Amino acid sequence: MDTRVREIVLRDSSTPAIPNLEMGGNVLVTRLDEIVNWARRNSIFPLTFGLACCAIEMMSSAAARFDLARFGMEVFRASPRQADLMIVAGRVSKKMAPVLRQIYDQMPSPKWVVSMGACASCGGIFNNYAIVQGVDQIVPVDVYVPGCPPSPDALIYALIKLQQKIRTQRLGMLLELTPRTEPPALETSDGTRAIEASDNEVSL
Amino acid sequence: MNIVRDVLKPIGKGLKITMRHFLEPKDTVSYPEQRKEQFARTRWRHVLLRYENGLERCIGCSLCAGACPVRCIYVEAAENTDTERYSPGERYAKRYEINLLRCIYCGYCQDACPTGAIVLREDYELADYTRESFIATKEMLLEPLPVRDEVAEAAK
Repeated sequence: MDTRVREIVLRDSSTPAIPNLEMGGNVLVTRLDEIVNWARRNSIFPLTFGLACCAIEMMSSAAARFDLARFGMEVFRASPRQADLMIVAGRVSKKMAPVLRQIYDQMPSPKWVVSMGACASCGGIFNNYAIVQGVDQIVPVDVYVPGCPPSPDALIYALIKLQQKIRTQRLGMLLELTPRTEPPALETSDGTRAIEASDNEVSL
Repeated sequence: MNIVRDVLKPIGKGLKITMRHFLEPKDTVSYPEQRKEQFARTRWRHVLLRYENGLERCIGCSLCAGACPVRCIYVEAAENTDTERYSPGERYAKRYEINLLRCIYCGYCQDACPTGAIVLREDYELADYTRESFIATKEMLLEPLPVRDEVAEAAK
């Protein structure tokens, strides 16, 4: 920008001084980001996707004692078209896997996945041929919740973490195309770690 | 049909029940600000305990790993030496890792432990974004060193 024009813009009393004038074009979009994220994270409609015992805790967290409605998440939708969030609550059998993926594909973007409980996250006690060892082999998972089953408090904590994640997302980001953050190195200073993150080999 | 008897009175009767529930105390625990009281034997995240003198209770016997129904515990033992002593016995756990995602928090490891080294406490806020962050190493599981009395005095 021309120095003279900059002087006028910054010094002229009738023109409000704008810091970082070169970044001025970003200001509008940045604020829009925040508003859209605010709307998105405070009206997440979860999909009714209870597969096993974790679903009891999921229902309980929507009931009066824990009251997910405080976060705007009380509307459990039976149709994937109206849902933003898929809470995979329970073990996913290999027969269920294509169904789960299809339902995920039917959800409109932006969409998020919470893997609830040990079984959905990595197979849990079912380290066998029938159960998918972690639902992240089928769909991208945003938040993992450990526990067998996680208590409603633990699930609500995970949903708050999901809200924090949505807060940092940029507008127009295609969720599935964004590169996932590089996982931290699995090696410690004294050598490699024994338990790899994806423990898929059957040990029994 | 009597308007008062058949319409207004039943409505009033029904709304009376609704209003009574309005006045009852609330059941909701507004979680992030206010926490539900945990039960006495709640089992959540593991902690490796120390003795009062700061030595680790864990002797690296791997009984917890054997009792674990999901095999989420890995223990690698090493010998204590006179110059490098971690636990009172002959051996200590050189590496102690738990996959908190695979763990089902059954507490069998706590029952199996002969020295009472591993206990499950009530910290349930474990959710995270990546699978890698769920592997708890020995440094993360060990409780902090006890502060000696003279150090605590000096800090005052």
